[in-house]
Amino acid sequence: MSQKKDQELLFVSSGEAEQPFEWSAGKHISKLLVEMRDHKRLIASKCPQCQKVLFPPRRVCADCFVEMDELVPLKGRGVIRCFTVLNFGFVDPNTGLQKPVPLASAYIQLDGTDTMFLHALEETDFHKIKIGMRVEPVWEEKRQGQALDIRHFKIIDE
Amino acid sequence: MDKVGIVGVGQTKYERRKVGETYPDMIYEVTVKALDNAGLTIKDIDNVITVSNDFWDGRTISSMAVQDACGCRHKDISTVEGDGLFGAFYGAMRVLSGSFSTTLVVVHNKCSQSKMNLITNAMFDPIYTRALGLDAITSAALQARAYMETFGVTEKQCAKVSVKNHGQAKNNPYAQLPLDIEVDDVMKSRVLCPPIKLLDASPITDGAAAVIWADEKAAQKAKAAPVWLKGAGHMTDAYHLGDRDLARSPALVGAAKKAYALAGVSDPLKEIDVAEVSDVFSYMELMWYEGLGFCSEGGGGQMIDQGLTGMNGVLPVNPSGGCLSANAVMVAGLARLIEAVLQVRGEAGDRQVPNCKNALAHGINGPCGQSHCVMIVGR
Amino acid sequence: MGKRTAIVGTGQTKCSSARKDVNGQELINEAVRRALEDADLTLSDIDAIVIGNMDHFEGINYVDTWSVDGSGAYLKPIIKVTTGGTTGTTVAFAGYYHVASGLFDKVLTVAWEKNSESDTTGAIVTAIEPILERPTFGGAINAMALQASMYMAKYGATEEDAARVAVRDRKHALNNPYAHLHLNITVEDVMKSPMISYPIKYLDMCPRTDGACALIFASEDTAEKICPKPVWVLGLANRHNYTLFGDQPLVPMITMVEAAQALYAKIGITEPLKQFDVMELYMPSSYSGVQWIEELQLCPYGGGPELIASGVTDMGGECPINPSGGVLSTNAIGATGSQRVAECTLQIMGKAEQRQVPGAKMALASGFGGCFWSDLMALGARKPG
Repeated sequence: MSQKKDQELLFVSSGEAEQPFEWSAGKHISKLLVEMRDHKRLIASKCPQCQKVLFPPRRVCADCFVEMDELVPLKGRGVIRCFTVLNFGFVDPNTGLQKPVPLASAYIQLDGTDTMFLHALEETDFHKIKIGMRVEPVWEEKRQGQALDIRHFKIIDE
Repeated sequence: MDKVGIVGVGQTKYERRKVGETYPDMIYEVTVKALDNAGLTIKDIDNVITVSNDFWDGRTISSMAVQDACGCRHKDISTVEGDGLFGAFYGAMRVLSGSFSTTLVVVHNKCSQSKMNLITNAMFDPIYTRALGLDAITSAALQARAYMETFGVTEKQCAKVSVKNHGQAKNNPYAQLPLDIEVDDVMKSRVLCPPIKLLDASPITDGAAAVIWADEKAAQKAKAAPVWLKGAGHMTDAYHLGDRDLARSPALVGAAKKAYALAGVSDPLKEIDVAEVSDVFSYMELMWYEGLGFCSEGGGGQMIDQGLTGMNGVLPVNPSGGCLSANAVMVAGLARLIEAVLQVRGEAGDRQVPNCKNALAHGINGPCGQSHCVMIVGR
Repeated sequence: MGKRTAIVGTGQTKCSSARKDVNGQELINEAVRRALEDADLTLSDIDAIVIGNMDHFEGINYVDTWSVDGSGAYLKPIIKVTTGGTTGTTVAFAGYYHVASGLFDKVLTVAWEKNSESDTTGAIVTAIEPILERPTFGGAINAMALQASMYMAKYGATEEDAARVAVRDRKHALNNPYAHLHLNITVEDVMKSPMISYPIKYLDMCPRTDGACALIFASEDTAEKICPKPVWVLGLANRHNYTLFGDQPLVPMITMVEAAQALYAKIGITEPLKQFDVMELYMPSSYSGVQWIEELQLCPYGGGPELIASGVTDMGGECPINPSGGVLSTNAIGATGSQRVAECTLQIMGKAEQRQVPGAKMALASGFGGCFWSDLMALGARKPG
């Protein structure tokens, strides 16, 4: 009786399959990015109904389902509400390259807002990061109107 | 089938490029429009179905972009990835199940934000076919050729569809491309992929749409009288283009059969007052006449020659201008349903078909119209 | 209005980190065939099909139309539903609504994923808002870790508390031939495993898996005729409330709180730990396993570690959680939610073999994914009144 040969199992690779996009930022995010690029400032939306201040700014307060016109300037400092330090790399879909690690990130609640938002932290040793620490943004010298105009947030003594 | 009807509709104007608007902006716009149209508030909505496509949006879990904008806080919600008409079908089923008395269905797409040919190339099988570089237009060209050769339909007959629909779009304030053109203009337009010329193809479009389904009881709260779902069906053909008879659409025949059976329609040409079909390419409208049973197999060309589907014809098709005049992919199917509803309500303005008692809406999904969905609505 | 609906068959594929022996369609077909066999039906008995997965993992657009050879959808109705990690439960929900609507009598659902075909984290990162959040987001593990750090700080829970969940689920998996990982580990093993994203360590986290799961739903008109022990869908609830991750309270996870409240109110659950005999919960990290049982009202907020340590949720306990080994042992992301439903179904049918909870009559399945979204489905042996 003949032995069954192990079948060769092949892969078909997509190669470099780009899917380029140009997403509209919309009115609110555009305003935020322009403030960041030109003035190193952050702004949030305020809901006329529930009075909550939401960062990043957006058109609709989802809880109340109403449009928000009011923009509130923020000082830029905030509090770490939770954090983590990622140790393993992955292919960044925005660049197609490996994401450098360790990558420290946190949900930061900016002073004066009722939501948290995600950004990178400067400190990458998780023993040195605690929830409740205060942080402030470190701005890039040359800014382009994008999220990474803030390179990361650094922990401050306050 | 129990009663479920549409009580509210909303669409954005369809445009080549909505630079200042994001997906949630468009969804908020159409949600508010549909609610106002229905005379309801977001609190009256029991559950939401969103429709979007991860490839078109450039993000996996594309539904995530619109949760806030569609008002789904504290509600059940799900997402169909496919043409908006299929999403509407699911939305109607959620009401028929008895679990919800109203469903909001929303759909969006911004075709301008990426490259159509890369996105539609991705629907082809990655192992054998994708590397050939097929996309929506080249595959449609294959189907058009197969259809025309099999039945002797000519490019000029296809061109008549484009002339009719772009012309009819002048009566539709939402349409992107109302045009005064002749067959000659279509024949002379730039060749994209023979036999498909520029004016045989639908445009790149940004837009969004919404409908609100309600059961009998909830419909009583709405402003306008509901337009009831009379019949619906959908069906899929084989996947590999070579496995299919591209000149024919058995899936459409099957979907239409189900919809007609539920609606009690035996002679669509006589009994349907208006039809909004997915004419993504001009030849497709002729194929869909046949699949929908408006004429016999291969008779699409003759139908358009005889003017049977113009505004004065026995069965007007695409008074809105159809997909040839505005094609935000996936939104287009729901737009067909919205147009059908407006016709039955008598609210279709300059594009109104007189004495419209029922209307047919048709949507397609997948390469070369692989999947078809047919809905019949009326009083 | 509406038909009572039951599940009459399930089919799961062999799950592994790379099913090199099958392409996507063949993987789907394996699950479909097994479900049909389990239900003693043929493809011609099926009236409609629902399919789901997360597009960017396999890089195929319009998966519903692509799947036809594998899913059996030729000249049948098929739609695709997809909602991130909750896809598996979303698919099951869609199967239910198809049948409950009265328009279809027997509906096949199939949820699948071939995570080996792409960079899983790279693909997940595309889920997040591209302009503001994507540049600093590190994937699902990131999100789980962020929530875990908040939970620990709020209630003083420790890494060991979470490790006990990993030990429990991985031990349960030893009884499940379909599970991807079969690991017999201790708390110490978990504590010594490499830190992937503080505080989540390697053994705290789910694997990436290739797998598919199919379910067959049937209406009350036929379920009892074709199936000796149909498993009735008692109720569903879900909340996909949020667009931006930072908008919502992570601790407690508000979507799970609301979904549980909605479901329990619908079907009269006041003491879930007592009223449910078994639970299959989508918990991708051991920390979620500690926290989310609180949102499900199995214990008060902050009481998760105590409940886990008590053994109530182990096999042999009052309400075993994840007899299948759960998501920590198998995570073919799109399929995972459906596998939870399938496992609950097997429990109530009495077909769960080595992992059977004796006399299981009421089960709870959960789905998780997207922007911290939650899905819940309750199943039972008794036809709803």
